[in-house]
Amino acid sequence: MREILTAVNIDKTFEDKKVLENINVCLGEGELVSILGVSGVGKTTLFNILSGLTKPDMGSVSLYGDISYNPDNFSPKDIKENDDAYEMSTESEKTDITGQTGYLSYMLQKDMLLPHKTVIDNVALPLILGGVSKKEARTRAREHFARFGLEGTEKKYPNQLSGGMRQRAAFLRTYLCGKKVMLLDEPFSALDALTRKSIYEWYLEVMGNAGLSTLLITHDVDEAILLSDRIYIMKGCPASIGGEIVIKTDKQRNHAFTLTEQFLEYKREIEALLI
Amino acid sequence: MRDNGFKKLNFIPVVVIAVLLLMWQAACRFGWVPGYMLPSPVQVVKAFVNDFPLLMSHAKVTLLEALLGLLFGVLLGFSCAVIMDAFPIARKGLYPLLVISQTIPPVAIAPLLVLWFSYGMAPKVVLVVLVSFFPMAVGLYEGFQSVDPDMIKLMRSMRASQIQIFCHVKFPAALPQFFSGLRIAVSYSVIGAVISEWLGGFSGLGVYMTRVKKSMAYDKMFAVIFFVSAISLLLMAGVSALQRKLMPWTRT
Repeated sequence: MREILTAVNIDKTFEDKKVLENINVCLGEGELVSILGVSGVGKTTLFNILSGLTKPDMGSVSLYGDISYNPDNFSPKDIKENDDAYEMSTESEKTDITGQTGYLSYMLQKDMLLPHKTVIDNVALPLILGGVSKKEARTRAREHFARFGLEGTEKKYPNQLSGGMRQRAAFLRTYLCGKKVMLLDEPFSALDALTRKSIYEWYLEVMGNAGLSTLLITHDVDEAILLSDRIYIMKGCPASIGGEIVIKTDKQRNHAFTLTEQFLEYKREIEALLI
Repeated sequence: MRDNGFKKLNFIPVVVIAVLLLMWQAACRFGWVPGYMLPSPVQVVKAFVNDFPLLMSHAKVTLLEALLGLLFGVLLGFSCAVIMDAFPIARKGLYPLLVISQTIPPVAIAPLLVLWFSYGMAPKVVLVVLVSFFPMAVGLYEGFQSVDPDMIKLMRSMRASQIQIFCHVKFPAALPQFFSGLRIAVSYSVIGAVISEWLGGFSGLGVYMTRVKKSMAYDKMFAVIFFVSAISLLLMAGVSALQRKLMPWTRT
């Protein structure tokens, strides 16, 4: 597996309060990595730095390989085949994106759909912002509606959709940003338990099919174990990475997995680390 | 269900108004109030019908003043709100001025405006601008500020420019406040135009008012008062209709 995103030695101080200290994280291609920590520990600050919205005091964020990604080519890829051992990328493919926005797709806890735009116009927004004509943006967005379980909602307004549908629309909008790396800031936490369960499996499928890599913020241990290939534990003040856990299972990532002994094992391990 | 209940309640104000009119008519009919002080509703309607062509020609002038003033007031209020939203320094400097400007009664400055801009249409339009731009500026500014900071963050992460953020997020978010501001501004604008006509001019409903007052024609006085409030109501209804048309996402 090749690494696609790294953040090295990130430090950040707000006024007099140091929030992040020497944070190192990396994300492999096709991987789903969670950043787990209690609320207020600084997870969102880290995401703001990764996405370029905030500049770190120290450290750098880099992206490897081909930066652009065409969301119109939606084909299953078997990137997880040659697993294990990280292949170090060569310097020539490395892009320093510290403090620069627009390289990663960012999704927030709230769906952030604009109430005055129809679902299709909401979803097509990243294309329109990128200079694509409204008509073309709509055509391109429409092609993905069925795959994201949104068919028939094109001309509706967000307040006419259920929470799960709204979140799926927000996923599609994030996806159409056309970046290979998705930063997800607790996107599931606003959903009710039943909707969440179905959207987990749906997301893993979509992500796998689209060849995306995901960095997920969560404070939910079960969610982290269920979805992740690896988990970083973030804790302390200033926050640092207090542990890294690789989740290995041959089981399918679904509800049944959460009831296995192995799952509980991981849970015990993580909860011990969190304290 | 909700619609039904709404319709049921809708006739109540009509009934109240009808009862009040009947009582008024009775009071005049049976001589409880002397006729020269309070004309009966029937007399008022008669006065309105008799003077209809004259009222219409005056109304044209007043409406033109009100709408011209409103147009400039909205443009000025919009620019003010945009500047205050974009530059916090401008907000600090302008906002107190805006509030202070509203503590000056329009009646007090209208004579000054007549002095400065003479008896034509200009002082009326200026007064309407002064009374209508404040609700617009404040309403829009607060609308722009009501946007969720996370939404702006998301837009920035998608590399949106300030202008794109304004067009896609801020302006649409301010539309409800824009329309409530506009509803207030519309009624202020008619009142503002009438007031400034009182204090000097050759035509307009305010001029008509002062003339019928001087000739003690109270029936005509009442007719023009009802006429002015009807115009305001119609304009406000127009704004509401425009809002429903332009904000389809609020109808569900």
